[in-house]
Amino acid sequence: MESVTLKQYKKRVEYSLKMKREKYTILIPEMAPLHFRLIKPILARDGYNTALMGDEGPEVLKKGLQYVHNDICYPCLLITGQMLTAMESGKYDPNKVAMMITQSGGGCRDSNYINLMRKAFEKAGYPNVPFISANTWFMEYNSGVLMRFSTLFMAVAGMVYGDFLMILGNQVRPYENHKGDTDALIDSWINKLIDQFEHGRGYTRKAMRKNLHAMGEDFTKIEKTLTPKVKVAIVGELFLKYSIPGNNHLEEFLVSQDCEYYMPSMLGFGVYKTNGALEELKKFGGKPLKHLTMEIAMKWYFGIEDLLISAIEEFPEFTAPERVRDLMKRSEGILDIANSMGEGWYVAAEILEFAEHGYENIVCVQPFGCLPCHVAVKGVLNKVRQINPKVNAVDIEYDPGATKVNQENRIKLMLAVAKENLENENR
Amino acid sequence: MRIGIDVGSTTIKCVVLDENNQIIHNSYERHFAMITEKTREVMEGLIEKFDIQEPVYLSISGSAGMGLAQNAGIPFIQEVYATKVAVANRLPETDCVIELGGEDAKILFLKGNLEVRMNGTCAGGTGAFADQMASLMNITGDDMNDLAEKSDKIYSIASRCGVFAKTDIQPLLNQGARKEDISASIFKAIVNQTITGLAQGHPIEGNIVYLGGPLTFMSYLRKSFDEALHLKGTLPQDSLLFVALGAAYYATEPVDLKEAVKVIGQKKEFSAESALDPLFKDKAEYDAFLERHSKATVVKREDFNPESGEEVFLGIDSGSTTLKLVLIDREGRICYSRYTSNGGRPIDVVVELLKEMYEKYPSLKVTRAAVTGYGEEMMKSALGIDLGIVETVAHFTAAKFFLPDVEFIIDIGGQDMKCFKIRNGAIDNIFLNEACSSGCGSFLQTFAQSLGYPIDEFAKIGLFGKSPVDLGSRCTVFMNSSVKQAQKEGVSVEDISAGLSYSVVKNALYKVIRVHTAKELGERIVVQGGTFLNDAVLRAFEKELGVNVIRPDIAGMMGAYGAALYAKDSKVSAEESASLITKEELDAFTYETKSINCNGCNNHCNLTVNTFPGGRKFIGGNKCEKPVTKKSADNSLNLYEYKIQYFKDLLGNAANKADVQSTCSSSKKTVGLPLALNMYEMFPFWHALFTNLGYEVKISGFSNRAMYIKGQGTIPSDTVCFPAKMVHGHIMQLIEEEVDYIFFPCLTFNFNEKRGENHYNCAVIAGYPEVIKVNIRDFGKSKYVCEYLGPHNPAHFEKCMYDLINKEFEPASRKEVSKAVEAAYVAYDKYMKAVANKADEIIESAREQGKKIVCLAGRPYHTDPEINHGIHKLVAELGFAVVSEDSISLKMKNLKLNLRNQWTYHARLFSAAGYITTQPDMYLVHLVSFGCGLDAITTDEVRSILESEGHLYTQIKIDEVTNLGAVKIRLRSLLAAIKQAEDAKNNQ
Repeated sequence: MESVTLKQYKKRVEYSLKMKREKYTILIPEMAPLHFRLIKPILARDGYNTALMGDEGPEVLKKGLQYVHNDICYPCLLITGQMLTAMESGKYDPNKVAMMITQSGGGCRDSNYINLMRKAFEKAGYPNVPFISANTWFMEYNSGVLMRFSTLFMAVAGMVYGDFLMILGNQVRPYENHKGDTDALIDSWINKLIDQFEHGRGYTRKAMRKNLHAMGEDFTKIEKTLTPKVKVAIVGELFLKYSIPGNNHLEEFLVSQDCEYYMPSMLGFGVYKTNGALEELKKFGGKPLKHLTMEIAMKWYFGIEDLLISAIEEFPEFTAPERVRDLMKRSEGILDIANSMGEGWYVAAEILEFAEHGYENIVCVQPFGCLPCHVAVKGVLNKVRQINPKVNAVDIEYDPGATKVNQENRIKLMLAVAKENLENENR
Repeated sequence: MRIGIDVGSTTIKCVVLDENNQIIHNSYERHFAMITEKTREVMEGLIEKFDIQEPVYLSISGSAGMGLAQNAGIPFIQEVYATKVAVANRLPETDCVIELGGEDAKILFLKGNLEVRMNGTCAGGTGAFADQMASLMNITGDDMNDLAEKSDKIYSIASRCGVFAKTDIQPLLNQGARKEDISASIFKAIVNQTITGLAQGHPIEGNIVYLGGPLTFMSYLRKSFDEALHLKGTLPQDSLLFVALGAAYYATEPVDLKEAVKVIGQKKEFSAESALDPLFKDKAEYDAFLERHSKATVVKREDFNPESGEEVFLGIDSGSTTLKLVLIDREGRICYSRYTSNGGRPIDVVVELLKEMYEKYPSLKVTRAAVTGYGEEMMKSALGIDLGIVETVAHFTAAKFFLPDVEFIIDIGGQDMKCFKIRNGAIDNIFLNEACSSGCGSFLQTFAQSLGYPIDEFAKIGLFGKSPVDLGSRCTVFMNSSVKQAQKEGVSVEDISAGLSYSVVKNALYKVIRVHTAKELGERIVVQGGTFLNDAVLRAFEKELGVNVIRPDIAGMMGAYGAALYAKDSKVSAEESASLITKEELDAFTYETKSINCNGCNNHCNLTVNTFPGGRKFIGGNKCEKPVTKKSADNSLNLYEYKIQYFKDLLGNAANKADVQSTCSSSKKTVGLPLALNMYEMFPFWHALFTNLGYEVKISGFSNRAMYIKGQGTIPSDTVCFPAKMVHGHIMQLIEEEVDYIFFPCLTFNFNEKRGENHYNCAVIAGYPEVIKVNIRDFGKSKYVCEYLGPHNPAHFEKCMYDLINKEFEPASRKEVSKAVEAAYVAYDKYMKAVANKADEIIESAREQGKKIVCLAGRPYHTDPEINHGIHKLVAELGFAVVSEDSISLKMKNLKLNLRNQWTYHARLFSAAGYITTQPDMYLVHLVSFGCGLDAITTDEVRSILESEGHLYTQIKIDEVTNLGAVKIRLRSLLAAIKQAEDAKNNQ
């Protein structure tokens, strides 16, 4: 067998302990702004100096288009653009930054984003910037990544709190009597939580239950008037759902159109995704030890999910998300639960879930040419509409060439139908 | 009184209803992008006609009306919703509305719950598309309709996007296909686009209503829809006005019209956040620019006199939209030249040009002539030209004349873009635009026209635009909507023109060449092609790159000039010499064009046969040389043909041999396998498995166009890759054959060939069987089984298969299943080994015969002749032996990559590329399906593997319809590059 060492191969730059000690700034692309406000101080506990990249301006897409293959998915292009724009912004010392990005390890292209970004950085003249892969499968070892268990649990708690604040906030904000009440409450809770975390508290199950209950009570106390509004749910590709530059300020637009919108929980997606690995093992076989570990991990994960959802269910005036195990049943007859590449069976089940809870108007966001979405979104929408004819869904594709006007025009059409339905209902 | 105004992308419509909802006034006119002015005019007309003093009920709709309505505080109704409102009022029995507009296409499903489909970000089958196609043929839309009525055959034209269609139509025109047939084919393409792109698997049935301009004006388009849908749709009265009508119905708020006119009239200063640098600061800068570029000139001889008897050489460039002709002397000075549009009739036009030339110089005797470009072969046989030369080499030859040590050449023509990097005096790397980003030059032209400017003037007004608008760098359809948006925001034509020039340049740089920095191109750059004669584009190019480049004064004729230089420097033996057509022959020149269907193989190409004086024939449209040489191609050194034959034999044997005796109760039941996607490799596996269980295995067969059409109505995603779309046709085929079972398993994982971190299939392959399950509503007599299975894990797989068989199929014992599974693995191994052995055999014989070897690398399903469009035959005809990536990847394992190597098929690609770097006589040609997301990752890595080791990388993008002309250029350029590299080596 011949074997050749190729000149093109480059060893990846590790994020070392030394870099950690030197307080390299770790840049993270922002997804859900609210969640990340909690995560940042948590990571700081273990000595990580993180910064978020949000809407970095008009140069972002240009940089993305310049340095990554133009047919790659929009999130990859956008994030690479964000990263490179941040490098040149002057805000950070280019010799003392690291990049962090998630890596699913699944069959979707996102498993390779990190590598494409490395290539882009190489070409842009930053070959020495380390990239940290955030994943749960022990891919890509970095000696500088070392965290206390308590910090890990705190990060999970941050997700739970973030979801809770986001889900309840979105259901109160459109109806509040005094504009700004909801956001003020969220701000005060975030400060409280950060304070608790700094004192090493607030992340045990007991503490979480207590905090969540208090939060819920506070939300019920906000004065509001429940005028009928068009209720929209946002589903689709993970990054685009949450990222503000990713979905072209979709939330802002929906607010301007006087809608209430439901943003699905991040934890739910995590549960779906991790459980997908377990389903794959069941379907295709695998090592018994791995199987067992996954079973245990999922048991824990389902427990956390239950904690969040039960806390919301305590307040019947709010719509709680369904548990992933219940969602699985919704996917019957559509996609097999073994299909967890990208958004897999989850999107169809979510649409049916929301439609049943009064959010039958759906904006389904997806990157142009996204491979799993051909199956998980476009492939199933006809079927979903057959199952629940009330579903009024519009799927919006995002890419550097898509114009905001075009996207909003399509959403407006969906909203026009929604408004008509709403008027008929109230007649 | 209620008023509705519809401000569309190209027209503005107005309807006034009285108290009884009767139309008492209507208007319909083009607005030529002057949206505010026209809207104001329409409103003022209304005020005058109806003497409006009080506020009136008014609403605005239309894709260009939103911003306008917002500014003026007029109620806005989304245009599709407006259609719905109008239809509900006027035609309540309607089930489905098909509405085509200037740049939009919509389908409304009204039965049950309202469902609306609009064209997404990638769609073209609209009115603007029809206009564009008509102008390509130099006719009007009406002419096109009349011509189509007289058609007698249909060509297949890509229906996804206008740019694709254009690349299909151009060669047809050049080959001399009848305009009648092309026109009809264009309408059919629009229909196909609407059905696949919009209906997305939703059946179109019941009472259908046609609305909008194109469907109103073009009877043939309606007819084509009727035929495709097997029903008769109706064109209602006022079919142009439904959006405006809906707006009128919706108008329930009084609006002060006079005030609105005033607000709309106020011109807003547009402040562009994303404005680009102006092309020129001032006139002085422009003058300096002109001065600099005036230096790259070639001498034109005014005193040329053929009586002197000196040698002269003729070069002809028969491009996609233009014809160029250059006559030079021994010193390369130009004696005579012409540049003209080919008007869609290149032969007629070239005959005219030659006649003119002979008229000017009656005693002219051309020593040698060469032709290049799309029409090369046809011209050669029509006019008796000595030499043919591939375009890339022609352009390189010409560029060297201006800059001997040129490093980079970029040529942007009307339709195509060619760029090549020169290393060590040879063409090292070629970039041709893939079908998706083409149309650059002609796009500018079409856009200028749609804004009401001639192209020259349009470019000129852009030169001094103060803040050019950033329109992005995607395909023209996207740019169209960006331009629309800019117009809506009130950007001046000056800034749009300048912005478009930047876009063309960015497309070239970032989409086609994919540069990262200007440095990569080097410093000595020659730009050419008609599009660069446009100073705005040239300047945008220099500004974007930050480098001053050379633009020869004959930038538009470099192909022809290069051909002439080539003719000058070539030696032609007496027998090769064809002697250019003489003046007398020209006067008597006539030719005949016939179109026929080739029955040489199951491609059934549409051939166009041109018969020229002296019985010389030129055949176009062929995918192989069979109709030309009357011989079947020699397939002995073509692994793709071997694979096809292997599958055929497998089926033949199964049918003939009754040696598989089974005791199972399943005997005589049939299992149908769709020969699509991964089934291309897994077929021997499943075939053995089911045969051993006693089933008769049927296969859907190799893909063809008719099969694709059968399934297209059920395709839910119009942007998925063609191999996936093709699956629908295969399934329909099996349903028609009434097999008992259709088996199409979901394989998330492929076999683990131990090359990388994982062994996935791509997401489309993994999930597509389920897409079929939920989108095909009626499987007829067949039972569809699409379970998730994992043959990569044999023990577990056997158990799952046993469960599956007993759940979905006829009962079988564990032992029987176990035996069948074992046979399946054996059959799969046998197939893979046979392919690898055959590859070794081919490589060995190729080396004995001194042939070069091309690894045509893609996926197993690229073997399908409808998917690869016969490219493997084309490669073989050019004198290469052909092997595939799977066959040679075994020779190389454990490559270290800069990627996570986690897809089995793609891992083979990397291994194959790695192996090729060790073989001096092997070349890799990468087949990429349009829309294949994973190849966005693999192409760069494969290129980097090859190029880092000094090897050439050639990529061919294939789709539903592929222009083989462009593929040929690429392959011939590869051949030229190989030859040049060898010559260079030999000269050292």
